[in-house]
Amino acid sequence: MATQHSRSAARAMMAPAVFLLLVWMLVPLILTLWFSTLDYRPLRGTFDCCEGLGNYVRFVSSSAFWDSILTTLQLLGGVLLITVVGGIGLAILLDQPIWGQGVVRILVIAPFFVMPTVSALVWKNMFMNPVNGLFAHAFKAVGLEPVDWLSQFPLFSIILIVSWQWLPFATLILLTAIQSLDSEQLEAAEMDGAGPLSRFGYITLPHLARSITVVVLIQTIFLLSIFAEIFVTTGGAFGTRTLTYLVYQRVIESQNVGLGSAGGIIAVILANIVAAILMRVVGKNLDA
Amino acid sequence: MGRITLDKVRKAFGDVEVIPPLDLRIEDGEFVVFVGPSGCGKSTLLRLIAGLEDVSGGEIRIDGTDATHLSPAKRGLAMVFQSYALYPHMTVRKNIAFPLKMAGMDKAEIDRRVDGAAKVLNLSSYIDRRPGQLSGGQRQRVAIGRAIVREPSAFLFDEPLSNLDAALRVGMRLEISELHKRLATTMIYVTHDQVEAMTMADKIVVLRAGHIEQVGSPLELYRTPRNTFVAGFIGSPKMNLIEGAEAEKHGAHTIGVRPEHFQISAEGGTWTGTIGVSEHLGSDTFFHVTVPGFAEPLTIRAGGEVDLHYGDTIHLTPDASQIHRFDAKGLRLS
Ligand SMILES: Nc1ncnc2c1ncn2[C@@H]1O[C@H](COP(=O)(O)OP(=O)(O)OP(=O)(O)O)[C@@H](O)[C@H]1O
Ligand SMILES: [Mg+2]
Repeated sequence: MATQHSRSAARAMMAPAVFLLLVWMLVPLILTLWFSTLDYRPLRGTFDCCEGLGNYVRFVSSSAFWDSILTTLQLLGGVLLITVVGGIGLAILLDQPIWGQGVVRILVIAPFFVMPTVSALVWKNMFMNPVNGLFAHAFKAVGLEPVDWLSQFPLFSIILIVSWQWLPFATLILLTAIQSLDSEQLEAAEMDGAGPLSRFGYITLPHLARSITVVVLIQTIFLLSIFAEIFVTTGGAFGTRTLTYLVYQRVIESQNVGLGSAGGIIAVILANIVAAILMRVVGKNLDA
Repeated sequence: MGRITLDKVRKAFGDVEVIPPLDLRIEDGEFVVFVGPSGCGKSTLLRLIAGLEDVSGGEIRIDGTDATHLSPAKRGLAMVFQSYALYPHMTVRKNIAFPLKMAGMDKAEIDRRVDGAAKVLNLSSYIDRRPGQLSGGQRQRVAIGRAIVREPSAFLFDEPLSNLDAALRVGMRLEISELHKRLATTMIYVTHDQVEAMTMADKIVVLRAGHIEQVGSPLELYRTPRNTFVAGFIGSPKMNLIEGAEAEKHGAHTIGVRPEHFQISAEGGTWTGTIGVSEHLGSDTFFHVTVPGFAEPLTIRAGGEVDLHYGDTIHLTPDASQIHRFDAKGLRLS
C-alpha cells in the first residue's frame, strides 16, 4: 500500500542508491565533457583550456573516424545477420524432439558464459592460427592452403568470433518464442494448404518478429561497445578499428585525452541516436 | 460431395491404443456429431479424418478415393479448431483469404469470395481488425469464414462453441445449423454438450474409449439406446438406471426410465419415495427422489408449477411403454 508515509519512507531509503548511481554516472560524464574541451596531452604535459569544439572538429574530420563508423556498422550488421538467422535455425532445430535435449540445450548456451577475452584468444590461437589452428589443419587435410584468418579476413574473423558469443543469446530468446507458438495455428495453416516454407514465412516468422526485434535491440547496445575481441586479435589493425576502438587509441596510444574524450562523447551521441531509432521500430513492433 | 468412409481405422500413441479398429460411414451432406466422455478419442478421430494425425492402420476414403496417406491440404476438408487458431498478425480479411492465397487463386476471385463469406457471417464491420481486437463470438465467426471460403467437401468442428458463453452458444448453434442447411455440405462436429448433439445432428456417433457404442439419429438414440452407456449418455437429465429386484420384475438385469416418463401422484403408485433436492427451472421442475431399496436417487421431471417440496412423500409410476430393459452386460433387451 502506497500511503503518503510509506512513499516518503521508500524515497528516503532509495536516496543513497540513487545518489550513488548519479555520482557514478555523472562524474565520468562531466569529466569527459570537460576534457573534450581541453588540449590535454599528459605525456607532453599540455593541459590547456578552451579548445572549444576544436577537438570535435578534429575527431570528425579525420578519415579514421568515417572508416571506424563504417567498420562498426559492418561488424554490427554482420553479427546481427549471423546471430538472427543462425538463432532461428538453431531454435527450430532445438525445438524438435531429440534425444538428450536437455544436455544439447545447455551446450548450445555455453558460449555465452565464456568471457569475451578468453573466447577471442581461444579462437585466435586454437582455430584461426595459420600454423597450428584447427582450421589450418582442416584445410591441409583436404589439400588446401591454410588461411591466415586474422590478417586475410580480419573483420570477418572478428564477426565470426562475436557471432559465436552471441548466438546462444539469440537462440535462447527465439527458442522460447517458438515454443510459445500455438501448434493449432500451424495445423490450421497446414489444412489451409500452406507448405512448410509458407508455414514458416506466414506463421512462424511473424510470431517471432517481436523476439527478433528484442534480440536486435539488446545485441546492438552491447555490440556497439565491442572492445576485447578486437584488442586481443588484431589490435585494431587491418580495418578492424571500430569507433570504440578509435577512442581507445586516441586516449591511450596517442595519449590525447582531449581528442579521445570528444570521440567518446560523439560515440555516446551516436549510440543514443541508434537506440532511439531502434526503440521506435521495436516499440511499433511490440505494440501490434 | 463429402462422403467419408472409415474402414478399420486404428490409432495408437506408442503402446496405448486410443482408437481400436473402427468402421464408420458418413454420407454426403450429413451433419454428424461425435459425442462421448472426455478422453474417449473424439478429437483424435477428427484429426485422423483431417489428416493431422497418421492412422496406425485401416483406410480412410473420401468420396470413394483412398485418402489415408494424403496430406491434410489435399483432402479438401476444412477444420474449425476449439481455440479458433486464427493467425494473430493478420487482419480478418487476410485470415479468411489465407487458404485461397495458398491455393494460388487470383486476387479478384479471392476478394469476391472473402466479401461473400463476410456478408454471410456478418463480419463486414470488423473485416480490417485483427483477431486480438475481436470478441470470442466474432473470432468464432472468422474461423468459420476461413473454413467456408475454401468450399470444402466437408467441415470438421472440434468443440467450436465450448469457449463461448451460454447465450452466444445458443446463437452460434443456430447459425451453424442454418449454414449446414444452406450449404448442404457434410459436417462432422465434436462436442460433449447434450443439447448441441441432440439439436444439430442428423446422426450421432456415441464413442466410449475409442469404441463406437451406437450410431443413429438423435431420436433413435433417445428411444432405443443400445446399451446402458448410451442410455445414460443421451438425454438430459440422465436416464434413471435401476438394478436389482425391481429390474428382475421386468425380466432384466437393469431397467432404465427417463426422468420425463414418470407419473406423479399424491395417493399411490408403483414406487414411493421422499423428495430431496428440487431444481425449479420455471418450465420444468426436477426432483431428486430417494426411494427405499434403490441404490441411487431417481431424477423425476414434473411440470413447472408443482406444489411439492423437500421432504414430501411422492408416489411414482413409470410409464410402462417407456421402460428400457438391459441384460447383465448392459445390452438392450428388445
Ligand atoms: N499426442 C498424443 N500422445 C499420446 N496420447 C494422446 C495424444 N493425443 C491424445 N492422446 C490420448 O488419447 C486419448 C483421446 O484423446 P482425445 O483428445 O481424442 O480425447 P477427446 O475425446 O477429444 O476428449 P475431450 O472431450 O476432453 O477433448 C486420451 O486418453 C489422450 O490422453
Ligand atoms: Mg477433444
